[in-house]
Amino acid sequence: MRILKLIFRNINRHKLRSTLTVLGIAMAVMFFGVLRTVVDAWHAGVDASANNRLITRHAVSFIFPLPYAYRDQIGRIPGVSKVTFANWFQGVYIDQNQFFARLAVDAETFFDGYPEFLVEPDQLATFKKERNACIIGEKTARDYNLKIGDVMPIEGDIYPGKYEFVVRGIYKPRDERIDATQMLFHWQYIDERLRQEQPDRAGDVGWYIITINEPGKAATISQTIDALFANSRAETKTETEAAFQQSFVSMSGAIITAMNFVSFVIIGVILLVLANTMVMTARERIREYAVLKTIGFTTWHIVGLIAGESLCISMLGGAIGIALSFPMVTAIGASIPSGWFPIFDLKPMTLVLSGLSALIVGVIAALFPVWRAASMKIVDGLRQIG
Amino acid sequence: MAEANHQLIQVRNVSKEYRRDSQRIPVLTDISLSVPEGEFLALMGPSGSGKTTLLNLIAGIDRPTAGHILIGGTDLGSLSEPAMAKWRARHVGFIFQFYNLLPVLTAYENVELPLLLTNLSKKEKRDHVEAGLKLVGLGDRMQHYPKQLSGGQEQRVAIARAIVTDPTILVADEPTGDLDKKSAEEVMVLLDRLNKEYKKTIVMVTHDPRAAEKAHKIMHLDKGELTT
Repeated sequence: MRILKLIFRNINRHKLRSTLTVLGIAMAVMFFGVLRTVVDAWHAGVDASANNRLITRHAVSFIFPLPYAYRDQIGRIPGVSKVTFANWFQGVYIDQNQFFARLAVDAETFFDGYPEFLVEPDQLATFKKERNACIIGEKTARDYNLKIGDVMPIEGDIYPGKYEFVVRGIYKPRDERIDATQMLFHWQYIDERLRQEQPDRAGDVGWYIITINEPGKAATISQTIDALFANSRAETKTETEAAFQQSFVSMSGAIITAMNFVSFVIIGVILLVLANTMVMTARERIREYAVLKTIGFTTWHIVGLIAGESLCISMLGGAIGIALSFPMVTAIGASIPSGWFPIFDLKPMTLVLSGLSALIVGVIAALFPVWRAASMKIVDGLRQIG
Repeated sequence: MAEANHQLIQVRNVSKEYRRDSQRIPVLTDISLSVPEGEFLALMGPSGSGKTTLLNLIAGIDRPTAGHILIGGTDLGSLSEPAMAKWRARHVGFIFQFYNLLPVLTAYENVELPLLLTNLSKKEKRDHVEAGLKLVGLGDRMQHYPKQLSGGQEQRVAIARAIVTDPTILVADEPTGDLDKKSAEEVMVLLDRLNKEYKKTIVMVTHDPRAAEKAHKIMHLDKGELTT
């Protein structure tokens, strides 16, 4: 107990230095947590992917459309249980800064393919009946104070024109990994407008979402689908939903790699900060360690004193950093459009990694001073002038 | 042979040399001496004569290059480092020239330090510490930090720390070297009392002839050899 007291008294010996070191670690741990959260947000789509869903898109790029006629052909392939589709509509709601996914979907089948989007049966029934109806995620409803019956005017850009959608349903995500920001409306509503105004663009969909009976047959079914449309005017590329989502993440690969790198550089920086403090501390106290050894304290006692101090400082900084990362992530999440990062929360794993980083830094920072104090001869230590 | 058994400290043909790069620097050469139990021995000599080195060897905080040191029949050369630390905790009380109290601990806590290595109960530890501090006349300064004490008081706390475990020998390296005349006198009276009343065996290194007067026996070292 006295040893623990001695550790705390030693930390208090240079209050300013200890405080600055703790704050330095706290800031670094906080930024580490924030950066990991940004990287996690990028991967949120991949994490939320179902293993029994395939995505079929144009072989060249998903920005090229596929014929609506593919739907029935895909549905007949053995192992396929459901087929639905979606189309990236985009458009402008209020102004250009209001970003969330706005998708034209097959109203009859889309929610069968996405059971993680929970919609009240009566709302879904109304949505299916009305061509200009839409269903929005509960986060978007909350952010824009939208309720059932409200009208959402959208200015089309990829599909020019003015559109007015009536909110007929608000879906809830099954769990916190699911995007609750999307706006979903009838593909048929858009397609009918296209047939009148731009007939050459009508009859196409963005991508197919295919539910399969056995996830283990994903590769075989993907090959079958792509083979079916080989040498057609719109060849396809079919992959698991996770791979499809990963391809979006890969587009930002350099940024994510840079952020990963920076997050670990931050850990390196705090290691240097604490190691510097611990080296100075141990050098100043080498005579005291020699006195303790003279009295009969063993090398392990000295190791405990130094490592204990290092760990106390690092874990205190880590705890403060973790505590600060909650309001920081909330503030950042609130300042960016929710549609950019639909899931922007501190994950338990991020908290574990932050705590673990502080712990590892505490251990490594103590290594050199511990080695120095352990290998010190008592008579040499007693000669040191502190 | 029977007489040798009464000698608490036996230094037999001890030599000590340090190495600086490839150069050998002899500090002690073939030293032999014996100190009976209850003795108060003063080691004197000019700077660099090897007296502190000899004291360190007797206290078990350094090892000789050659020869043997036996304390109470234990050959220190046979002890491993952990065993030596345990032995020091039980048998040696060390008094330094510059007191070497831990500045973050109170007088009470500094004196209590050696007791942390024992199995005494909390109450027993408290009794020992209080007895030690009262013995050195600082019963009313237990909660004072070293910076709140004078040099003489600090040294008396250091003496209390040295005796709190009732060690077999007390070793003191220039215990009055950093004190004014009055404080030095008080410390020497205290050491004399520990020797006479409590039968403590004391080996003290000193430059100060007045301090050495309190000792029963004075030995002189010069250039690593005993001259008297």
